[in-house]
Amino acid sequence: MGLVLLVVIWLITLVGSYFIIAKTWWLPVGASAAAAGIDHHFTITYILMGAVFIAAQLALGWFAWKYRDRGAGSRQAEYSHGNTTLEVVWTVLTVILFVGMNLASEPIWSSERLQGAHPGAVQVEVTAMQFAWYFRYAGPDGKFGATKPELEDASLGGAGALGLDPADPASKDDVISGVMVVPVNREIEVILRSHDVIHSFFVPAMRFKQDAVPGLAIHMHFTPIQTGDYELACAELCGLGHYKMHGIVKVVSDQEFSQWLAAQEAEKQ
Amino acid sequence: MAGGTGGGEAITMVSHDAHAAPQGFIRKWVFSLDHKVIGIQYFFLALVAVFTGMFLSLLMRIHLVWPNAHLPILGDIKPETYLSLLTMHGTIMVFFVLTTAPQGGFGNYFLPIQIGAPDMAFPVLNMLSFWTTFLGFVVLVAAFFVTGGAPLHGWTGYAPLSALQSAGPGEGLGADLWIISIAIFCIGALMGALNFITTTLDMRAKGMTLMRMPLTCWAWFITAILGLLAFGVLLSAGILLLMDRNLGTSFFVPLGTVNGVLTGHKGGSPLLWQHLFWFFGHPEVYIAILPAMGLCSQLLSVFSRKPIFGYKAMVYAIMAIGFLGFMVWGHHMFMSGMSPYSAFAFSIMTMGIGVPSAIKTFNWLGTLWRGRIRFSSPMLFAIGFVSLFVVGGISGPFLAQPVLDIYLHETFFVIAHFHLIMGVASIFGIFAATYYWFPKMFGRMMNETLAKTHFLLTFIGAYCIFMPMHFSGMAALLRRYSQYTEVAWMHKTDGLNHFITYAAFVTIASQFIFLFNLFWSMFKGEKAVDNPWEATTLEWTTATPPPHDNFGGITPVVYNGPYEYSVPGAPKDFVMQTDAQVGAKKH
Repeated sequence: MGLVLLVVIWLITLVGSYFIIAKTWWLPVGASAAAAGIDHHFTITYILMGAVFIAAQLALGWFAWKYRDRGAGSRQAEYSHGNTTLEVVWTVLTVILFVGMNLASEPIWSSERLQGAHPGAVQVEVTAMQFAWYFRYAGPDGKFGATKPELEDASLGGAGALGLDPADPASKDDVISGVMVVPVNREIEVILRSHDVIHSFFVPAMRFKQDAVPGLAIHMHFTPIQTGDYELACAELCGLGHYKMHGIVKVVSDQEFSQWLAAQEAEKQ
Repeated sequence: MAGGTGGGEAITMVSHDAHAAPQGFIRKWVFSLDHKVIGIQYFFLALVAVFTGMFLSLLMRIHLVWPNAHLPILGDIKPETYLSLLTMHGTIMVFFVLTTAPQGGFGNYFLPIQIGAPDMAFPVLNMLSFWTTFLGFVVLVAAFFVTGGAPLHGWTGYAPLSALQSAGPGEGLGADLWIISIAIFCIGALMGALNFITTTLDMRAKGMTLMRMPLTCWAWFITAILGLLAFGVLLSAGILLLMDRNLGTSFFVPLGTVNGVLTGHKGGSPLLWQHLFWFFGHPEVYIAILPAMGLCSQLLSVFSRKPIFGYKAMVYAIMAIGFLGFMVWGHHMFMSGMSPYSAFAFSIMTMGIGVPSAIKTFNWLGTLWRGRIRFSSPMLFAIGFVSLFVVGGISGPFLAQPVLDIYLHETFFVIAHFHLIMGVASIFGIFAATYYWFPKMFGRMMNETLAKTHFLLTFIGAYCIFMPMHFSGMAALLRRYSQYTEVAWMHKTDGLNHFITYAAFVTIASQFIFLFNLFWSMFKGEKAVDNPWEATTLEWTTATPPPHDNFGGITPVVYNGPYEYSVPGAPKDFVMQTDAQVGAKKH
């Protein structure tokens, strides 16, 4: 049975490690400024934790086989209550490993989450509701018009769904879209809102995720560095239509973005 | 903590008028005051619950890969049905299996015996806590059969989804029943926790100092403290949620609309629910796993015929895990809109809790080192536990780092992590406990061949189910999606999903080997001797099954630590805790 355990545990370790090293299933290619740093930290964590995983499993399988009871001829087990020196060494090493890994990742967290968007970032208000995403741009006046919950009517779509207040002059030039169009290489400031329950705005290629919480307007930012269409999906259970609450982030050149925005504006008039 | 009870000092037992053995069937088997009967009742409740929960997971796996399948009797599984299944699966497994079996079941049966007590400190409270828990289970299952069905808000019940009737089907009476069930469960768990703490502190036999307690008892004791502090918070949160739903309060619901209709609430905070829930929810993880850690420490020592490596370090690690367990809840909320500054603190604390966990793993390997390992079925599950604990543990530091959690949060990587460590590893603890203590509880041995087959199929099966989930998580497959038909990137993992479902079929089928073995052995198993595993702790000194007062009128006196194996010069390779001669020489 010791041999069976050795074979099974080692085989599981081997197969598991293979798929990680081969990256058979992996993160999509990163398309945001933060992606490289995050992916690098992923790799470091994988190497460190992978080493712990392999070492512990190999030792477990090996000990199970090596120290099996071999019947009458077997040596008696060693009478030992442990080893304090080893215990201390092990604890210190673990502390260094875990805390070190954590500290190494903090600069990324700081730049992504502690610092706000720079002035001049493109502002997009992302509103989630069962089971749709709406994206709003402030328009030429640079101001988002007021919205009122009592005016919300999802069946109207667009401005009606957001409950945009027509009485507010700032609302006149607001652009509302079902697709998130953003310019490449510009910082995007996302203002996340939700009407009803908690949703979560997740764009894997941007390595970006943030819950949209009713009652809160959460400001976040990311910088796309590659043009293309990137799928987004809701990552927080929000009801029966959760599985189909997805959308597209369309990253285009700065010029195309301006043209698109102008066209939307013109369509409104 | 030990107060005046350290060293080899004798302990005065509190006077305990052990209740007389009951005669009638009702008093003996239904409304019993005997901790052993209550332990068995908890065990069978958990058994019914685990097969229910497992059946729900089977339906989920079927639906995920064949979303349009028409099932016999059950018909079609709609998206909302799928969400009800996952809600009920999670709730049943976490509360009525992982919290019920290790603590209520085995803890109830063996804590008093292992510390040399005739019963729990409060037998009536003990009976009440079981029947309260049972009622909680009945109320929960009832949610399936009311109009609208079971709730779809997940076992975490995030508000406002869980607070608004209009948020979806199942959020009507089903959701109320769900909250009431959890509240009832909390009351039962609080009564149980009080009983365990008092029993451990006050009912230990002479010579059973805290530092001579088996690690199982330490684990049950610390788990009870966690339960006492955590379930009260969940109970309060549940009551507030119930008020939001039915009395028009707005603790968790801000101004908003559902489908363009104003909800009538304003000013509440959805994040408040998450803070309260996870203040319970994270310690709950340790409530589920600590008893398994204690038991597996015990078994690795027994079956390696070696003292546990670093007994004191193990005790301190249990305490550290319990203590730190209350300071890490925010790591569930890195993406919730909580202050990103607090993520620093929660992240460091979470990495910190990895340290005592790593110490334990190291000591388990150290216990095997130079042992003389006997591969009886409890030992196989204990070794399996270590393997699963390692694989489930090493994904922790990924999720504990907010930077990586940005991507991994709510993906299958999380599902892999918590199922392996909190689910499967704890279940392996329950299996190990069943195979180990069955002879004492039922007086017969379980069949070893069936047990070993069950172990291998379950061990390999669990890996086949949960290992691939790390990969699909890396590929951004999101949890709580009733089907993967809509989002393009989620098709990449279709192959993995099929593999997982097939693995689930085999693994679930092999649990019937266990079920058969359990009931067959109860009546037809080989008769057990009093100490079949040649172990040292007190339960193996008494008759099989133990008499009503546990030790047949004798009060045991303890002279030794719990893990005296292969003591040089001793006549046998194990020294009972009650063995005065050898013990007197040694300590």
